[in-house]
Amino acid sequence: MNAPRYSADTRAGSGEDWAIEAHGLVKTFGSNRAVDGVDLLVKPGTVYGVLGPNGAGKTTTINMLATLLKADAGTAAVFGHDVQKEAQIVRQLIGVTGQFASVDETLSATENLIIFSRLLGLGRAESKVKAAELLERFGLTDAAKRPLKKFSGGMRRRLDLAASLIAQPPLIFLDEPTTGLDPRTRGQMWDTIRELVASGSTILLTTQYLDEADQLADRIAVIDRGRVVAEGTADELKASVGTSSLQLRIEDAADTQDALTAIERVLGVRGTLTPEAARITAPMADPDRVTDLLVTFREAGIHLTEMSVQKPSLDEVFLTITGHDAADQNETTPGSDENGVEKEKVNA
Amino acid sequence: MSTIVQAPLKQTPGRITPPSERKLKNHTSFSQTLRNTFTMAYRGLVKIRRTPEQLVDVTVQPIIFTLMFAYLFGGAIAGNVQNYLPTLIPGILVQTVITTSVVTGVQLREDMDKGVFDRFRSLPIARIAPLSGALLADTVRYAIATTITFVVGYVIGYHPAGGIGPVVLAALVVIACSWAISWIFAFFGVIARTASSVQGISMLVLFPLTFLSNAYVPVKSLPQVLQWFVNINPISHLVTAVRDLANNGTVGADLWISLLGAAIIVVVFAPLTVRAYMRKA
Repeated sequence: MNAPRYSADTRAGSGEDWAIEAHGLVKTFGSNRAVDGVDLLVKPGTVYGVLGPNGAGKTTTINMLATLLKADAGTAAVFGHDVQKEAQIVRQLIGVTGQFASVDETLSATENLIIFSRLLGLGRAESKVKAAELLERFGLTDAAKRPLKKFSGGMRRRLDLAASLIAQPPLIFLDEPTTGLDPRTRGQMWDTIRELVASGSTILLTTQYLDEADQLADRIAVIDRGRVVAEGTADELKASVGTSSLQLRIEDAADTQDALTAIERVLGVRGTLTPEAARITAPMADPDRVTDLLVTFREAGIHLTEMSVQKPSLDEVFLTITGHDAADQNETTPGSDENGVEKEKVNA
Repeated sequence: MSTIVQAPLKQTPGRITPPSERKLKNHTSFSQTLRNTFTMAYRGLVKIRRTPEQLVDVTVQPIIFTLMFAYLFGGAIAGNVQNYLPTLIPGILVQTVITTSVVTGVQLREDMDKGVFDRFRSLPIARIAPLSGALLADTVRYAIATTITFVVGYVIGYHPAGGIGPVVLAALVVIACSWAISWIFAFFGVIARTASSVQGISMLVLFPLTFLSNAYVPVKSLPQVLQWFVNINPISHLVTAVRDLANNGTVGADLWISLLGAAIIVVVFAPLTVRAYMRKA
């Protein structure tokens, strides 16, 4: 099944059927179109991943959906409620966990949660119970009285998420929930997200980590330069770039160009070269043709030191769709993809 | 009968109530606005308790200013310190407390730069609450400054003839007016880009306003043009109102003018500040 550019079904008529329904969202900062016509449809009870590099417009999109920022154009509704006209209702339905912990540095974890609970209309006693309950659930009970300045990044993130869950909102925005966390803490955050979905919440998650979207999201929108460039399930997105990819390491670097030409001629696709490793990656739509390629190489006297076949990762999806690497302006992608294959970094 | 209940390994929270079964309203009631404001004020108080060092300006400044001005100008202006105190203490009280209200704007700016304000804006609470709460909490600072000024004055020999009742009333008037004026600095705080620029703009406004008043010197000693300004300066009215109350126990027109001025400031600047706050991303 090939993923169309925009495959979300639009049969739902009334907005109630969608947790998020956004059409043509635009936000301009000066001359920079941070968000340039984003459409999103999110089904209730699912995890929706918004994937893109830094500066792609992910946070701006969330801010518009979470009533924090007014869109310059387009409409958005949360469970059928317009984010601008019915902002206060939307705020009763969402929880927002920002990229930077939105909790009070000078206060303790308990004080933070009690104040947020009170603001949300809970009574004095109720707030205390709620705070204790959430701290327990997020494993922060021991640190409850400590000032937040002494919290680690992971603890802060957990407290932040706890604060978003006080009102048990049906829709939760998580803006890069695991950026900067160590692998163990990231795993815990993933578990928490899965639990939330199990309890009936809908989650919109932004990430620049492809494997994170792959692991968690039911559907993924790839966003680049303020636009949704692809949308679908992880499998659909992967299928759109070919079933697998062929990886070749050429013995003599001088032959590289010839090898690329041969690939283009025999497989009918363009290979991608990783400069530092002198490795060629090419989509492999039809495994049968690889034999032809290898024969061509032998005839041309091109020798291989290594040949392997890799199932597609979202990294390649991203590279193929946008023409540049997901982690372009960024540090390394943590972990590895679902096959446990270490990925090469392309510093394009 | 004993039953062994196996505790689940992980506590799963109850099912989320679907949006269609929730009671939702798009408007914030007045009582909710008050409740939210008090919660935000409570937050401000907890913050003060956590960082007591930020109270330096309301504790040390009244002591230093009162002593300094009393002994510096007392002899020159009123012949001796004792005679100067009934004039000086109300003046320095107004000046100190209003200067303190600048800090409200500066701290609001610093506070808003932190992520927690993003959360406040995403909560279904009264839009004005983060501002009104912060300003309300700061009245505690004004109360501290007021008390200290009166106490220092008392120690160096100021015995207000009006008696304790009018003095307390005078203190409340000063606190109320400073709260009103703090909306101006809150506005600067919201629209300014950095905390230090708030400090700069505010001092630029406040310095001429507090010194070009009847707070320290008799108005008659001033040149004609300055007299004109001093007499229309709202600070002068507030100072006179406090003197009337503390020294004579009387309520004059100056008190009503001061309160009216304070009310006008709130009516103009509170909506302006909230609007600017809402627009700020």
